Amino acid sequence: MGHISLNQITKTFGNVQVIPPLDLEIRDGEFIVFVGPSGCGKSTLLRLIAGLEDVTSGEIQIDGRQATEVPPAKRGLAMVFQSYALYPHMSVRKNIAFPLKMAGMEKSEIDKRVEGAARVLNLTDYLDRRPGQLSGGQRQRVAIGRAIVREPAAFLFDEPLSNLDAALRVNMRLEISELHNNLETTMIYVTHDQVEAMTMADRIVVLQAGVIEQVGTPLELYSQPRNIFVAGFIGSPKMNFIEGDAVGHSEAAKIGIRPEHLNLSTSEGEWAGTVNVSEHLGSDTFLHVQTEKLGTLTARADGEFPVRHGDKVFLTPQEDKIHRFGADGLSI
Amino acid sequence: MATAHSRSAARIMISPAVILLLGWMLIPLSMTLYFSFLRYNLLMPGTHDWAGFLNYRFFLTDPAFFAALKNTLILVGGVLAITIVGGVLLAILLDQPMWGQGIVRILVIAPFFVMPTVGALVWKNMFMNPVNGLFASLAKGIGMQPFDFLGEAPLASIILMVAWQWLPFATLILLTALQSLDSDQLEAAEMDGAGPLSRFFHIMLPHLARAITVVVLIQTIFLLSVFAEILVTTNGGPGYATTNITYLVYAQSLLQFDVGGGSAGGIVAVILANIVAIFLMRMIGKNLDI
Repeated sequence: MGHISLNQITKTFGNVQVIPPLDLEIRDGEFIVFVGPSGCGKSTLLRLIAGLEDVTSGEIQIDGRQATEVPPAKRGLAMVFQSYALYPHMSVRKNIAFPLKMAGMEKSEIDKRVEGAARVLNLTDYLDRRPGQLSGGQRQRVAIGRAIVREPAAFLFDEPLSNLDAALRVNMRLEISELHNNLETTMIYVTHDQVEAMTMADRIVVLQAGVIEQVGTPLELYSQPRNIFVAGFIGSPKMNFIEGDAVGHSEAAKIGIRPEHLNLSTSEGEWAGTVNVSEHLGSDTFLHVQTEKLGTLTARADGEFPVRHGDKVFLTPQEDKIHRFGADGLSI
Repeated sequence: MATAHSRSAARIMISPAVILLLGWMLIPLSMTLYFSFLRYNLLMPGTHDWAGFLNYRFFLTDPAFFAALKNTLILVGGVLAITIVGGVLLAILLDQPMWGQGIVRILVIAPFFVMPTVGALVWKNMFMNPVNGLFASLAKGIGMQPFDFLGEAPLASIILMVAWQWLPFATLILLTALQSLDSDQLEAAEMDGAGPLSRFFHIMLPHLARAITVVVLIQTIFLLSVFAEILVTTNGGPGYATTNITYLVYAQSLLQFDVGGGSAGGIVAVILANIVAIFLMRMIGKNLDI
């Protein structure tokens, strides 16, 4: 349960086409992440699947059934909103029970399911509180609780972690991944944060201006990006792009090399430069190196690399890790 | 936040305003209180004898008092019911995206800018008049007997006029409250399977509770003292059918020239208003500090 397919769907607001014709297959039980810069249409795409927006043309199928004209509540999908969208005047218990009450379920069954969801999400002690009395992480869990009691065919997450602080975000990321392992339900997750995408996804859909740039597993996107956009978007810090003379013997318009694939040395190497900013994290060191011909490059060293602003360093790219791009931006 | 010095400075600076407001309230109140214990009739100049509670006894045992009390409560309750229900519905209507929204909103708010005397006269002479009124000619147009609103249903007619005046106020407050409702909540409810009616009762109405409280409190204060509409339309009649407490006090002191009796009525009105206020605060005040 939870196979969703989009056939040639488009969305137009006024005379602006935000989603040009788009095809996508979401497999049953898959954790799929839509990622892209803000305004790329990823949230719109999610809302189209949810039914909160009508598609302009094309069709959506859920589990093989036509769902294009089906109202949101009847699609069997549950959504977790960025703002959580909890009902502030209801207790946590009533919030979680709301979809079941609307479905006309029996009281005893509702209680059983709410208790069950609360146990899974560690909310048992908070059932009688109002959302206003909860912390951000707890509110997020209530929103997830409201989604899981419905036992939907698929979960839709719209940037659910972007209102949380960094530490909590890492925690909730793990919790959502664990939840997916336990429930084995299809999850569609929208984020602009490529770290979230890389860590959680079975497959990632990279979007730009409503167009799917590439679909693949996190490591496929990392090692074989289809074009410059995906190469630059996936990976942190960003890939270094080099064009002009230095491309040299690569027979490409542009080459890219990730910071972790540049060997660092203080004595010898292919490209010389001076350290602009050095970021010492303990586990890694990131150096922003001003080179003579290639502009600023970012390089990563394992562990500690003892250089300071103004020091001279040499960079050597690992030949087999160089990505080559043609003039049209596609990988060669 | 504040040092002892800045606090005392703040007290000194705020004191003129406080003293002025206190005097503004206390002096008329104590004057009224004083007059209410005097035998003070404008037809008998010079006699200001001490009357004890005689004025109160006359006022409270006057059959007109109970009629006025009942009318006041019906007037306040009726107008509140119409404006809240109508206000919520109009607010939802005005919140929908539609063509000419700005103009429609101004039109809806317009009655609030018409002064009560003018509004009541327009209603009385142009709409409700059984000979020349618009409603009368409408009735005649479809072959029915014109209805004499102010003669047959005077209190209901007054309620209609006052509700017309206050509907924009309720609509305005409720509309702004409605606009502050997070659209995500409505969408979440939609995903949760709530139909339009469920969304209204489970999401919108609870969200509006606080605004409705404010509307009820503010309107009650003003509706207890409705006067102009009654004076220019029915003069409290026929009989005592449209006399409320405010109008009764006016009749007592300025039509019967009994200043002492009128003052006693005024004090009774103040006490009644406070009782109503206490009840209101008890009932809905808790909505104000969630």
